[in-house]
Amino acid sequence: MIVAPQKASFTEPLKLQSGAVLPEFEIAYETYGELNAARSNAVLVCHALNASHHVAGAYANEPENLGWWDNMVGPGKPLDTDRFFVIGNNYIGSCFGSTGPTSTNPATGKPWGADFPVVTVEDWVAAQARLADRLGIERFAAVMGGSLGAMQALQWALSFPQRVRNSIVIAATPRLSAQNIAFNEVARQAIMTDPDFHGGHYYDKGVVPRRGLRIARMIGHITYLSDDAMMEKFGRVLRRVTPGFDFDIDFEIESYLRHQGDKFSTYFDANTYLRITKALDYYDPAAQYGGDLSKAFARAQADFLVVSFTSDWRFSSARSREIVRALLDNRRVVSYLEIDAPQGHDAFLMDDARYFGALRAYFGNIAL
Amino acid sequence: MTDAETIARWVAPGSRVLDLGCGDGVLLKHLWQTRQAPGYGVEIDDANVVACIRNDVNVLQMDLEDGLAAFADRSFDYVILSETLQTIHRQEPLMQEMLRVGREAIVSFPNFGYWRARIQIALAGHMPVSKELPYQWYDTPNVHHCTLVDFEALCAKLDFKVLERLVLTDGSAVTTLPNLLGSLAVYRVSA
Repeated sequence: MIVAPQKASFTEPLKLQSGAVLPEFEIAYETYGELNAARSNAVLVCHALNASHHVAGAYANEPENLGWWDNMVGPGKPLDTDRFFVIGNNYIGSCFGSTGPTSTNPATGKPWGADFPVVTVEDWVAAQARLADRLGIERFAAVMGGSLGAMQALQWALSFPQRVRNSIVIAATPRLSAQNIAFNEVARQAIMTDPDFHGGHYYDKGVVPRRGLRIARMIGHITYLSDDAMMEKFGRVLRRVTPGFDFDIDFEIESYLRHQGDKFSTYFDANTYLRITKALDYYDPAAQYGGDLSKAFARAQADFLVVSFTSDWRFSSARSREIVRALLDNRRVVSYLEIDAPQGHDAFLMDDARYFGALRAYFGNIAL
Repeated sequence: MTDAETIARWVAPGSRVLDLGCGDGVLLKHLWQTRQAPGYGVEIDDANVVACIRNDVNVLQMDLEDGLAAFADRSFDYVILSETLQTIHRQEPLMQEMLRVGREAIVSFPNFGYWRARIQIALAGHMPVSKELPYQWYDTPNVHHCTLVDFEALCAKLDFKVLERLVLTDGSAVTTLPNLLGSLAVYRVSA
């Protein structure tokens, strides 16, 4: 499937949850399949921390660059683009095409940098609703996402109850735990204490806080994998014949983390990383209801599919069961899968017959 | 008549049902189609969970042995345990949970007091194998068998009222000597 990225520009200011105002913004997006005449077959796919609007297919000039959820989305795939009109979008504050810290601040003519406001999951959903309006979609057949993308799928059902028929919530949590926030704070500290960070205004200095980004990514990677998956993949295998009794790379896992960190620091923006981790930390739809998630979901009208993975210790199955309980308390139509997969949080990206079979069956039952 | 048909007859139209150990969801689908009773199934087996979704039935993949913490008090009219009781390790807390969550419980199970079972143990000297109990002792998912007498004794101990009972053999109702002549029992109980 050959695809092409597109951009939608919005000149009406977007008031953010923080009180700040984004005077204008762009959203990068891609679409797959055809919108039907009734405009009833649109599915919005929301991405997690480091992904983008490039969900499926490949670009004509980059045949190797497959979308991050290409195993899930495409012709004949569980989310079948022969039947559904699928939209991948890049949230605002990101660094892959939508307006973010690397974009030009219209007030100064320079990159926003540290002045780009902190955005939240609610803000992303509000911006995505503008995109839906632009594309002529009144109501989505489904909004779907994993991890941070799942928070957007949840929030859609809360921000725009009438505009979502199905909310598909994978490897999710209704709020970060103190431990989750702690990992995010270590990542932010790694970035902000990098001498090349310059308080977030590093673009015009010709440097990138690469060391901080590397460490942030290494920390993230540890939380995406289960202990068992990491042991299975790397074990205690040495990169050299005998231990070096120095601080160069001994173990395979060290090499892997350094490689992932290096790669990430060449393409990801540090200001974006800070903002995304803050969006994760702040997300808590129950907060305004005294912590009662059931009350928060009282406004939801969508049907829900919730999926968790037993080895995911970042957003554990217990967190997904909290969502299920809140939905049951509100008598929502909901199904819940607890997949016994070994990979940890990253399992939501892996092809698994049970997981993909369930998604295929679920989408198959969505009437168009 | 099957226990599923019996259960469908007992479920009042439009009531809310929770089916524990719901398999592929056919009972829930039947209850929705014939009684307009919306419901949820609880199932642990991966293939069954996917089958439920294919059958457009709400299913929650959970282990019944962990209790019913996902469900609020009195959130269902009926909590159904169809031919699953004998596979549970701890019946007593589950039965109490069923009547915390539901107004009534409907329970069906193979009667271990059925004469064919008794004969296989008493005369042939081996564990019963039959249509209702198609397993060998070493590969059965069943862990706690009971008879009508045993089940009613448990209900009495838990202070549960038996509202209705139907005993079946080969699809026909059994009224004479049910604990001896019935192979499958269906009960409707309340707290």
